[in-house]
Amino acid sequence: MTQINNEPRTSGAVDSAAAAPSDLGTGSWKSTAGSKMASVMGSVPGPLIGLIIIFIALSFLSPFFLTPRNLLNILSQVSAIGVMSVGAVLIIIIGGIDLSVGSVVALSSMSMAWLFRVAELPFEIALVGGLVVGALIGLINGLLTAYGKLQPFIATLATMSAAAGLALFLTNGNPVNGFPQWFLAITSTSFIGIPIQGIVLILIFAITAFWLRYRPSGRALYAIGGNEEVARLSGLPIRRAKIAVYVIAGILAAIAGLLVTSRLDSAQPTAGVADLLNVIAVVVIGGASLSGGSGSMLGTFVGLLIIGVLNNGMSLLNVSPNLQPVVVGFVIVAAVMTDRRTSRKKS
Amino acid sequence: MTEVVSDTLYSADRVSNANGSSAGLVCLGLSKSYGGTSVLTQVDLSLTPGSVLGLVGENGAGKSTTSSIIAGMVRPDGGSMTIDGEIYDPQSPADALKAGVALIHQEIRMVSELSVAENIFLGRLPMRRGRVDRKLMNEESRSILKLLGSDTDPRRQVAGLSIAAQQEIEIARALTREPRYIIFDEPSASLGESETERVFDQIRILRDQGAGIVYISHRLEEIRTLADTVVCLRDGKRVAAWETGDVSKEDIVRAMVGRDFVFSHLAPKDATTEVALEVRGLGRTGVFEGINFAVNRGEILGFSGLVGAGRTEMVRTIAGADRHDAGEILVDGTAVKIRGPRSAINAGIAMVPEDRKGQGLNLDRTGAENITLPWEPSLTTGGIMTVRTVNATANLQREFLDIRSKLDIPVGSLSGGNQQKVLLGKWLVTRPRVLILDEPTRGVDVGAKMAIYKTIRSLAEQGVAIIVISSELEEVLGLSHRVLVMSGGRQRGILDRADATPEAVMALALITDSSDDAQPSNQPGSSPQGRSESQ
Repeated sequence: MTQINNEPRTSGAVDSAAAAPSDLGTGSWKSTAGSKMASVMGSVPGPLIGLIIIFIALSFLSPFFLTPRNLLNILSQVSAIGVMSVGAVLIIIIGGIDLSVGSVVALSSMSMAWLFRVAELPFEIALVGGLVVGALIGLINGLLTAYGKLQPFIATLATMSAAAGLALFLTNGNPVNGFPQWFLAITSTSFIGIPIQGIVLILIFAITAFWLRYRPSGRALYAIGGNEEVARLSGLPIRRAKIAVYVIAGILAAIAGLLVTSRLDSAQPTAGVADLLNVIAVVVIGGASLSGGSGSMLGTFVGLLIIGVLNNGMSLLNVSPNLQPVVVGFVIVAAVMTDRRTSRKKS
Repeated sequence: MTEVVSDTLYSADRVSNANGSSAGLVCLGLSKSYGGTSVLTQVDLSLTPGSVLGLVGENGAGKSTTSSIIAGMVRPDGGSMTIDGEIYDPQSPADALKAGVALIHQEIRMVSELSVAENIFLGRLPMRRGRVDRKLMNEESRSILKLLGSDTDPRRQVAGLSIAAQQEIEIARALTREPRYIIFDEPSASLGESETERVFDQIRILRDQGAGIVYISHRLEEIRTLADTVVCLRDGKRVAAWETGDVSKEDIVRAMVGRDFVFSHLAPKDATTEVALEVRGLGRTGVFEGINFAVNRGEILGFSGLVGAGRTEMVRTIAGADRHDAGEILVDGTAVKIRGPRSAINAGIAMVPEDRKGQGLNLDRTGAENITLPWEPSLTTGGIMTVRTVNATANLQREFLDIRSKLDIPVGSLSGGNQQKVLLGKWLVTRPRVLILDEPTRGVDVGAKMAIYKTIRSLAEQGVAIIVISSELEEVLGLSHRVLVMSGGRQRGILDRADATPEAVMALALITDSSDDAQPSNQPGSSPQGRSESQ
C-alpha cells in the first residue's frame, strides 16, 4: 500500500517532526537523555527566548541586576506567586480556571492568624488550620465543578467573593501580627546560600513536574483537559481528578499565604487578592492554553521568571510601579502570539 | 465499458474531446505541493452540467485537495481551470460561489441555536428596511427544502434535528447561491443506508436540473449507483477514468490501491462454545429495551440496523459510557455491575467508539500518549509510567496493527486509517475479553480497512469476543459469524451467517414499532444502577 501522508496537514507535521531530534520515530525506540532534553526544551522555545532577551537587556541597563544578591532576591520575590501558579497551571491543564486563588491566600492567612491570636490555639495547630482552610475552599471549588456542574469560572468567582469577604470579616478588616520567630525566619533565612522560600518553590515545581510526567494520575490531567469525553470513556476518574486538582490548588494557595504572612510578619486581610491576574499571566506566558489540555511546569517556571525579572528590572530602572502592569500586559500578548506561531509551525 | 488506465497524464485534448466541447468545468494539470511534498500532480477533470462525476481514491490520494482547489479554498501551484471555456481562477470560496461552484463539506457546520432558515442564509440574511426579512427568508428556505424533498420547518431550531436533516440544510445552504457545479465531499460518511438513499435522490434532482456534480465517497457501491463518469486518484495523480458509472467494484479498488484486493468472503474460523458476554433484558428507558444476546469467545457478532435503531446507544451502556436501567450483563458467566467506563474496562470490556474525534482520541496529544491513556496498571512500575514503557507499548501496537506513521506526533495529523488503528491499539492495550467496535472503518481508506478487517479476524481467532456495528452492510455480513438486527430500539432477530443475506437483514431492519415481535422485558430482578460517571 502506498504511504498515506499526502494530506497537507499530515505532510507538514511529518516534515517538522522529522527535522526535530526525536527518538520515537522510525526504527529505534530507545530514549536518549539528549533527545529527551530537546523535546522538553522544544515545548517552551518562545517564553525561554523571551526570558533570555529580557535578562541580557537588563544586565546592560542596570549594574545592580546581574548580582547574586539581586538574582536570589528575585527568587524570593516570586516564591508566593510561583507557588500559586503551580495550582493554577494544574487547573488550567484540566480546562478549568481558579479565580479564588488570591482570596484563598488572604483567607488562609487570616484564618491562621485568627486561630492563633483570637482562638489562642498553639501556633503549629493554627498553621495547619490555615492549610486546611485552603484545602476546604479548593474542595468546594472541586465539588461545585465536578458534581454541581458549574462552570469553573462561575464556581470560583463565587468562592473568590466569599473567601475575600470572610478574610475581612474574621478580624473586622484589621491585620494581625506577632508571630513566632521561627515562622518569620522561613522567609528571611537561607540554606546553602539559597532562600528557604526559593527552595520550597523549586521543590514544589519539581514534584509537580514529576507527577505530571510519570504518574498516571498526573498524565491523566492532560487527557481530561484535552477532551473530557475521551478521558471518561478511557476509564479515567474525572471527578476525582478534578476535585484533587482543586484541593491541591487550594493547599498551594494557603502555602503561598503562609509565605506572605511570614514575609510581612503580618496577616493582611487583603494580601494576595491582587495576585490573581499575575498568577494567570505567569501560566499563560508559560505556554498553557486556557482551553485546557496543555501547559508544562518548565514553561510555567519560565513564565514566572519573566514576570519576576521584569518587575525587578523595572524597579531597578525606576520605572513607575503604576506602569509595570502595562508592560506585563504587552508581554502577555507578545508571549502568546509567538507561542502560537511556533506551535502552528509544529503542527 | 471504456476503461482507461494510464500512469501517464490524461491529455487535455482527450478530456475535451471526450465531451465533444469545452462546455462545463474543466480542470487541466492541477498541481499542489506542501513544503516539498507533492499532494497533487497534473490532475485533469472535466465536469459536464447535468452529470455526476464520481471521484474515488484512498485517503490522501488528493480528492480533498482537488475539491478544495475547485472550490477556491486552496490555490493550486500549477494548472488551470475553465468554465464554459472561460478562465476560472477563484481566489476564495466566495469567488467560487460567485462563479457558481459550491462545496458541501463532509462535516456538518451548523449554528445549532439558530433556526433552520437562519442557517441556510447565514452570513447574508435577506434585509428589509434595516431588519431581517424573516418572511422572505422562511419562504425561500421552505421552497429550497421542498425541492430536496424535505418538509423540515424552516422556523425551527437546528438543535435536535437528525444528522440527515442537518445534511439537507447544508445542501440547501449551498443551493441558495444557485450553483451550477456542486462538490459533495463524502456526504454519506455519517449517514445510514436509508438517509444516504435520500441524499442520492437529492443529488439526482440537482443533476436533472442541470447541475454538474462531483461526488466523493469511500463507498464504492454509492459511486456505482450514482456516477455517470468515474475518476480515480492515487498518490495525487489521476490513475484511471471510466466514461460510465457501471464500473465493477474490483476494477475501482484495483485502481485505488494499485493492486488486487479481495475482501474475504470466506467464513471466519469457528468460534468456541464458551460464552464471553451475555446480555439479558438490557434496556434504557426511551432509548432501547429488551436486548438479549450472547457472544462466545472467538465469535464476531455483527450489529445491523438503520441509523437511530439504538445500536450505538445499546453498546454504550455495555461499555459503561451511559447507564442502563434494566437488565443485566454477564462476563464469563458472572454478572457484572457496570457503573462507568472504568468498571467496564475492569470487567474486560472495551469499546472503540464511532466518533473518533469526539470520543476516541485526544487529537492534540501524540499517538503514544493516546495508546497508553486507558491507565493500565501493567504500564506502571511502582506507580511510575516511564517514557520507555509508553514508547514500547505504543510500538507493540504499531507493529501489530501496521500503523504507518510515527507515534510521537499529534494523532490529529495522522491519516484517518492510522488514527483508527491508534484508537484500536489504545483499547487493545487493556487486553479486552470483549471488544466492541462501533463503525471501525468509518472515514478510512481501503488499504487501512483491509488491515483492520484482518486485525478483527485475528483477534477473534485469539479468543476475543467481538461485537461489530457498521452502517455498511457488506462489512457486517462479511465479518460476522452472526448478525443481530435492531430497529426502533428493539432487537428484531439474530441471523446466522448463512441466513444473513442483505435482503433478510433489511427486512428485519425495516420492522416498525407497530409490528410487535419483540416484547420489552423489564425484568424485576434488575438492580438499580449506581450513579454513572457521566459528566
